[in-house]
Amino acid sequence: MSTSTTSDKPTSVWGSHESQPPVPDGAVSVTVKLLRFNPEVDSEPHWQSFEVPALPTDRVLNLLHYVKWYLDGTLTFRRSCAHGICGSDAMQINGINRLACKVLIKDLLAKKGKPTTITLAPIKGLPVNKDLLVDMEPFFEAFRAVKPYLITYGNEPTRERIQSAADRERFDDTTKCILCACCTSSCPVYWNDGSYFGPAAIVNAHRFIFDSRDEGAEERLDILNDAEGVWRCRTTFNCTDACPRGIEVTKAIQEVKRALLFKRV
Amino acid sequence: MSESAGSGAKTESAPARTRRSGTVYRGDPGMWSWVAHRITGVLTFFFLFAHVLDTALVRVSPNAYNEVIETYKTPLVNLMEIGLVGAVLYHALNGIRVMLVDFWAKGPRYQRQMLWGILGVWVVVMVPGAYFMIERTAREMFGGH
Repeated sequence: MSTSTTSDKPTSVWGSHESQPPVPDGAVSVTVKLLRFNPEVDSEPHWQSFEVPALPTDRVLNLLHYVKWYLDGTLTFRRSCAHGICGSDAMQINGINRLACKVLIKDLLAKKGKPTTITLAPIKGLPVNKDLLVDMEPFFEAFRAVKPYLITYGNEPTRERIQSAADRERFDDTTKCILCACCTSSCPVYWNDGSYFGPAAIVNAHRFIFDSRDEGAEERLDILNDAEGVWRCRTTFNCTDACPRGIEVTKAIQEVKRALLFKRV
Repeated sequence: MSESAGSGAKTESAPARTRRSGTVYRGDPGMWSWVAHRITGVLTFFFLFAHVLDTALVRVSPNAYNEVIETYKTPLVNLMEIGLVGAVLYHALNGIRVMLVDFWAKGPRYQRQMLWGILGVWVVVMVPGAYFMIERTAREMFGGH
């Protein structure tokens, strides 16, 4: 790997702040190993490591900020709210998809004070634009394809569309989705076959298919009955494990499959 | 796809997809059960393929059949037989688990427990099973009374 980036000199690089902040009490030094890729100079992604002081109460996102603000300003990643709501900072943390803003350092520290290495890579299956930043467009394309909005026919009710608590409960789990792509990019079927809708799209279809106020269930089930639809799911449960919102993703997919099999919504 | 411009070239567009190494996804146990299900399924398929061929030899001539079966009586094939029983047993047990995940409403929630369950059954069956299958070979190879 030609070192056109900054592999040996982590300090005072272009775009970074010159002085580093004081290391707080109780901080431990951890190695942050990043899979970096700059499309302007690299033909292949490559690993780069940074030594970063971290508090056990820090989140992985804090380490990324430290690298970007004080060590290498060219590091590129996406984050917005930094509180697990916007779903921007999904990445592969130590080999599994998580939100960087929700993983605490204390849960990643090596046991018995051994040196800790935290490995960060972009989520799989989506084209990498730069470093940890991926192109989410294929993901959103699948999301839009399942018509994730209320579909009704006939006259609008004069007041609100009434729904019982039990009917609301039916799809409560799948309303939690924040479209971070942790699930879809953890799916082995999605990695190998870009045309599969992916777990997130099915979760959002589930949210409307099982909504008693919605009348578009048939349309969505038709879309998902496709060869690239729900039947591609191999129930590997990676998506359920990856979801930062705790959605039982595989369960939702199975419910859609059963709705198709038994024509029961 | 990695037909990107070499380093130093002034291109604006990024390569569509780049290969990455060193990031094996540490998936859910369910992912590894699926991988094992595929492997055991393919192994069983190849066994059935060979099995259909050697059994069909009876139609050619019973002698030819006997000769081929005679070549199976080696310690190596004995080990392969144990592997076959293990593969078929895993595939069958995990198949039941997959059906429960598919058709039992609570299946997805208990998939891990079911996986540990079938692995437990697998060990309980395979330990005595392998012992009895290999006993004769071991006796003949290493002698005994």
